[in-house]
Amino acid sequence: MSLKELLLNGNEGGLDAQSLTPIQKITLRTVIVGLLYYGLAALEGMIMRAHEVKPLPMIDEGHFFAIMTVHPIVGIFGSTYLIVFGAFTFLVPYLMKKPLYSVKLANYTWMTIAGGTLLAWLAGFIYHYAPLYTIYWPLPVDFSQFKVIGGFMFVLGVALIMIGTLMFIFNIYATVFYTPEGYEKQPLKPMLMSAFGIDGFLNLINKIRGKEPYAKEPPLSLPIVAIFRGTVDTFLDALVILGAGLLILAYIGAEVFGWGWDMHSVNSLLYKNVFWWGLDLIADGLVLIYVAGTWYLLAMLITGRNLFMQNIARAALLLELVVSWAVWSHHLLSDQPQPEIMKLASGEMITAFELITQGLAFFITLVTLWKARPLKMTNELKFLLGGLLGFGLAVPAGIIQADMGINRLLHNTQWIIGPHVHVAILVGLTMTLYSAIYIMLPILTNSSVKLYSQKLANLHFWLHLIGGIGMGAFMGMAGIDGMLRRHLYVGGEFSGYMFLAAICGLMLLSAWVIFMFNIIASVGVKNLLQIFTPSTIDEKVIVPEPVPVKAASGAEVPPTNAPAKEKEDD
Amino acid sequence: MQDIATTHEVLGNLKLVYTIYALSIISLVGWFGYRVTKQPDSTKTWITPKVFYTYLALLVLTGVGIHILTYNKIPWVAWELKKHMIKPDRQITITIKDHKFILPETKPIVLQCGEKVKFNVKSEDLTYGFGLFRPDNSMVFQMQVIPKYDNDILWVFTEPGTYNILSTEYSGPEGAFMGVKNAVRVDCSKKVALGGLR
Repeated sequence: MSLKELLLNGNEGGLDAQSLTPIQKITLRTVIVGLLYYGLAALEGMIMRAHEVKPLPMIDEGHFFAIMTVHPIVGIFGSTYLIVFGAFTFLVPYLMKKPLYSVKLANYTWMTIAGGTLLAWLAGFIYHYAPLYTIYWPLPVDFSQFKVIGGFMFVLGVALIMIGTLMFIFNIYATVFYTPEGYEKQPLKPMLMSAFGIDGFLNLINKIRGKEPYAKEPPLSLPIVAIFRGTVDTFLDALVILGAGLLILAYIGAEVFGWGWDMHSVNSLLYKNVFWWGLDLIADGLVLIYVAGTWYLLAMLITGRNLFMQNIARAALLLELVVSWAVWSHHLLSDQPQPEIMKLASGEMITAFELITQGLAFFITLVTLWKARPLKMTNELKFLLGGLLGFGLAVPAGIIQADMGINRLLHNTQWIIGPHVHVAILVGLTMTLYSAIYIMLPILTNSSVKLYSQKLANLHFWLHLIGGIGMGAFMGMAGIDGMLRRHLYVGGEFSGYMFLAAICGLMLLSAWVIFMFNIIASVGVKNLLQIFTPSTIDEKVIVPEPVPVKAASGAEVPPTNAPAKEKEDD
Repeated sequence: MQDIATTHEVLGNLKLVYTIYALSIISLVGWFGYRVTKQPDSTKTWITPKVFYTYLALLVLTGVGIHILTYNKIPWVAWELKKHMIKPDRQITITIKDHKFILPETKPIVLQCGEKVKFNVKSEDLTYGFGLFRPDNSMVFQMQVIPKYDNDILWVFTEPGTYNILSTEYSGPEGAFMGVKNAVRVDCSKKVALGGLR
């Protein structure tokens, strides 16, 4: 078969798009668009990396910082949000064995988020609107540096992303709680207790007191609890970002109509606190919780066993609820007017709990895998291990910088964005998502897709892992030597580190190209395009026939809300 | 003058400790990945709830211990927490406006080793950063500069030399290169005794 035929038709006929249900098609659309946005973010990252090595003649400061502004918008919202939302929109009904509340809403969700991302990106590309994702007040309304139209487009784009996010949240919660026709109605209270992880906590208390468990079989499985819990933070975060957008929009109006509003009427420190409270819910709330939930699900699917210390895991999700709402001050450790008690309590001590909650998820996942030895080193297992390693590196790096002594020397340096942010997102989160993609591929395609090349999958894995860790490491070394993250160096001050980081960045970009080639060669472009056409199957059908997942332990895992029974460890 | 840890020493130790940690965790996951594919030698497991709770206790100890350690070993943590009670020897007031640092005197501002210097930085318009850097671009310290607030930092210099100011926070493309070369010179020929900082 020629390369052209392979890419057009896929490996061994590729994807059977006719067999896909509406929800399978929507999930695939969402994930594919998310993967394309990942490629755009990787390309932007590479342009910035190259500019840090040697300034590129076609890029001036305005353009450089415009790329830096849209890079996280494309990477986090356009890519990660879409992939995660797509996966969860499928997994919640799949694991709960009931139809999605609204298939139509799910379709509008990905389009709204993808459209919003494109609009925000265009604001940077065309108008060089560049207040960065942090939009520290009053920079986003400094119209001596930025065009009003650029600000308007950017705010509108981000608002669309947040509206799409709210649509996803509504659909998820509605799916968890509604009773479809012909289904038995479930009481609300135990569902809510389970959704917040309270039943796991009460089970632990009862065990200590020598009593019967509060809930022997919690109504919601652990991954659903994590999705529910993470979505609380997603909701609050969307409200805060929308609020900031409205404020900027009001000032844009004031500028256009000449109302003469003083930008200092808004207190910059208060704004920064509120904004970081919301923004931090992405990093320390939904990412950590969604990731923990995904690890648990992957560990259960890979091993075909129940989770080690399940009640602790449920209780930890409840603890993370409190922790994620109270840690934002670690972003303000270098803000001198911020009260010291806030820095100590929220910035240092409560933030340290993230080491505990994420450390627990790390341990529980590894032990669950360990207890199921011997496992086959499948793609999902190796990428899951990569994801675990990413957070194993990035979370302690974050805890180190969330210290008043160390933060004085590392704040806004390449350390923050390298070993912490990029290792967390690229190695921790993205590799976890690749693991989820590999494990969900047969479920989402009714096992019609045969992977084109395992060698390419392995190459993708190693290039991504080494590139991600390497880039973080060289950025971290530059940060320790004083290189700032939001400053331009044009005299070659750190070009050695940046050259090495750029090589690693190139490995990451190549890994994505290889992965996309392998997926397209497996699925086929013709078949891929068909996922954007309507399905002929009833909306209530989640999968045509339940597809048992072949676990790496050799066991077949049924698509059920309550996985294999096993003695509780805790 | 009593010995106090310099930023170079703190960052050097951080680099060493984190590198050891990173290599350990990479090795652990690598070893795990190898062993998890092998048949276990016996069905007996050492992973008991006791092991789990010990691990949990270690996480708590590490999380809290880092801050106790740095409070005791890094002097500027105490300076920060007690800055309201410490009377500075010198106060340097700097204003930032239109992406420019306005120094109180002609540069370089000359400071003495061991002097308790309070930098008071005010912004008239945007959020900026204020950081002092050595000629090799390594950082001495930094803070954020919030507009319309007094942004104070207390510092005691221990190394002689000339330092540059850089804005450590992004303030739009016009502030991409914001800084003042050779803004501060520290003289250690007349050392001032350190006292009342702990």
